[in-house]
Amino acid sequence: MGAVAFVLLAGVAVGSALGLVLKRNPIHGALFLVVNLGTVAIFYLTLGAQFLAVAQVAVYAGAIMVLFLFAIFVLIPGKEETGPDPRRLYRVLALPVGAVLLALLVAVITIGTRGGRAPVATAPAPDGVEAIARLLFTDYLFPFEVTSVLLLAAMVGVVLLARRRTE
Amino acid sequence: MVPESWYLGLSAVLFAIGVVGVIVRRDPLIIFMSIELMLNAANLAFVAFGHRLGSAEGQAVVFFVMAVAAAEVAVGLAIIVAIFRLRRRLSVDDLSAMRW
Repeated sequence: MGAVAFVLLAGVAVGSALGLVLKRNPIHGALFLVVNLGTVAIFYLTLGAQFLAVAQVAVYAGAIMVLFLFAIFVLIPGKEETGPDPRRLYRVLALPVGAVLLALLVAVITIGTRGGRAPVATAPAPDGVEAIARLLFTDYLFPFEVTSVLLLAAMVGVVLLARRRTE
Repeated sequence: MVPESWYLGLSAVLFAIGVVGVIVRRDPLIIFMSIELMLNAANLAFVAFGHRLGSAEGQAVVFFVMAVAAAEVAVGLAIIVAIFRLRRRLSVDDLSAMRW
């Protein structure tokens, strides 16, 4: 992917992330997050992770964001942040904290990648879907099965939490 | 071809924005979405590292992160809805019931 396309997409990603943090209305925030997840899916495609790109759109931009929008519609929030802020000082301090964190991360990345290319892959570059499928069903077979138990546990827990207590 | 360090830089920027969002905002839903943003930034870094090393292990890790994130969102939103039913108000500053 050309550098121009990367910069454009990165601009969209960062802009939508800022929109999520700055917009007062949670629905606008959710829609900004959908845009952000879509751009990240495109970045996955450019990195040769086709399966993850599709999963990103289906799981994140599809299922999770629909869940978020449902929660927003159920709760009708948006009035929480109108009153005076009792902890304004802490929240102003968040900006330098974020800036320092970003500077640290960038420093780590520049130091860590200074040696040019990483040790070149011993095997030929894995081919998208087949490589991850091979990994998931051989080396990561046990975690893969545990994932199903995790999702089942989450489902049961949510049903229990969301149940109306009628006694 | 864009070097992987650009992807890592973008991932760092997105992660920092997510951290600021978690600290600054008062609406638990926005805080939750900022957490998703940070998870995505970490996922992007995983995929970029995997691409750099020519291995698909990074992608496998991201797959598990996605599964855990789905479970986490479902349970978290259920907890938020349950709290809202109890309190009819939804600001994280008011939620100090578990403090002693």
